[in-house]
Amino acid sequence: MIAGASLGRISALLLRYLYLLRSSWPRIIEIAYWPTMQMVIWGFVSQHFSSSSPELTAGGILISVVLVWDCLFRSHISYTLSFLEELWSRNLGNLFVSPLRPSELIVALASISMMRTLIGMLPAAFLAIPFFDVSVFEMGLPLLGFFLNLVLTGWAISQFVTGILIRYGLGAESLTWVIPFLIAPFSCIYYPLSTLPSWMQSIAVYIPTTYVFEGMRALLVNGVFKPDLMLQGFILNIVYLMVGVVVFFISFQAARRHGLLLQSGE
Amino acid sequence: MCESTLKPILQTDNLTKRFSRVLAVDHLSFTLGQGTITALLGGNGAGKTTTLSMLLGLLTPSSGSIRLFDQDFIGNRFSVLRKMNFSSPYVDLPQRLTVRENLTVYAKLYGVQNVAERIDQVSCEFRLNELLDRRLRKLSSGQKTRVSLAKALINRPEFLLLDEPTASLDPDTTSWIRDFLSNYRDSREATILFASHDMREVELLCDNVLLMKKGKLVEQGSPSQLLDKYDRENLEQVFLELSKEETGA
Repeated sequence: MIAGASLGRISALLLRYLYLLRSSWPRIIEIAYWPTMQMVIWGFVSQHFSSSSPELTAGGILISVVLVWDCLFRSHISYTLSFLEELWSRNLGNLFVSPLRPSELIVALASISMMRTLIGMLPAAFLAIPFFDVSVFEMGLPLLGFFLNLVLTGWAISQFVTGILIRYGLGAESLTWVIPFLIAPFSCIYYPLSTLPSWMQSIAVYIPTTYVFEGMRALLVNGVFKPDLMLQGFILNIVYLMVGVVVFFISFQAARRHGLLLQSGE
Repeated sequence: MCESTLKPILQTDNLTKRFSRVLAVDHLSFTLGQGTITALLGGNGAGKTTTLSMLLGLLTPSSGSIRLFDQDFIGNRFSVLRKMNFSSPYVDLPQRLTVRENLTVYAKLYGVQNVAERIDQVSCEFRLNELLDRRLRKLSSGQKTRVSLAKALINRPEFLLLDEPTASLDPDTTSWIRDFLSNYRDSREATILFASHDMREVELLCDNVLLMKKGKLVEQGSPSQLLDKYDRENLEQVFLELSKEETGA
């Protein structure tokens, strides 16, 4: 655990986000709604292509990559929306005059993000079994690795976005939705790395998600698990997460220098 | 220096905050003794909110020092913050949570023991019993102010900072809050610093007044000392006198 961090304060903040979640049943439904809709649409696309281009849909890969990619998006959105709640409710001032440390805020946001991601993704993953006869769970233990890798990527992006939000306020809110898609073309979600032009490949090798989807294709299409790809993804994620946390802390200190914590909702 | 005979809780020394070209707080030095109630007064832009923000750790000073509970607050604020709390009508609590949920979250953030019991106590003290399970957004502004004060008292702070504590409250509740704060100070030897524009409230409640103008501390003393010094009948007249000096009228 981070030095000086308190489990009590982390759980207090987590409780705040759980209270918020249970306060509105449409919110809970919405968490699972989008991943399920994605699964349904891509499921039919997959069925359509299964006869003409079987290599595109072998092993249920199309549905699987869509679901797994959504883990990244959901983990990032869940993290950042919970942070945005503090800005929208102008509550940051109250939080940071309490003994709450920024590191505890990060852990609480990551915890609620993990919970919301699971609430969102599990129904879609289970529904894919009766609807399209595709079970991502058949990947076995590697699925856990792919999932954790993408959740870490989501949190790394969230560190940058919340850093910008705390420094520049709600004017930067739209970055929440935009930034994950910046890495999507390089992530090789629906196509192998070799499809990209060489200049894009040279960028893609620095994107952790590239290794996740290359690894998933190797597993689902060829039946080969490649631990080296998984490891490369984890290493890059750890590096980006650390850089993201540093960016958040620098932004937090800048917000304290400029007096932004009291007026963060404006 | 105020209350030099009392145990000092807060000491600021040449506390300064500059925002690029604007000097918001200019070498502010004062001491608050334990068990005192002090008002921080000043016109708009005098530097009151900036000062409170620095004393709460929300704003990093450009220079100077803050000692709270005999510790360096700027370098080590987390160990001190648990003994403090704050309320302001300009900083909201989460509106979608109920009063009870808000108080529970903050009680746990401050490490309060027996949370349910403490919530019962503060809800009795602030007449919130019937509001506990209502969402904050459904409350009137006066009720929200009472919830904010209950949150500020949830950890029984030894040093309480309040920004306009009776804003939006009716006269009856305002009077009750004044009595409550006075009793709280007496029973717990708590130190209270509050910013206010209500001069009547300041006269009734405060032992000391700190008067700021253009970021500087221009006057300090007890309300009676200030009235004598300026030969005025009430603090509002003193305040206006100093404002005249400011505008050159």
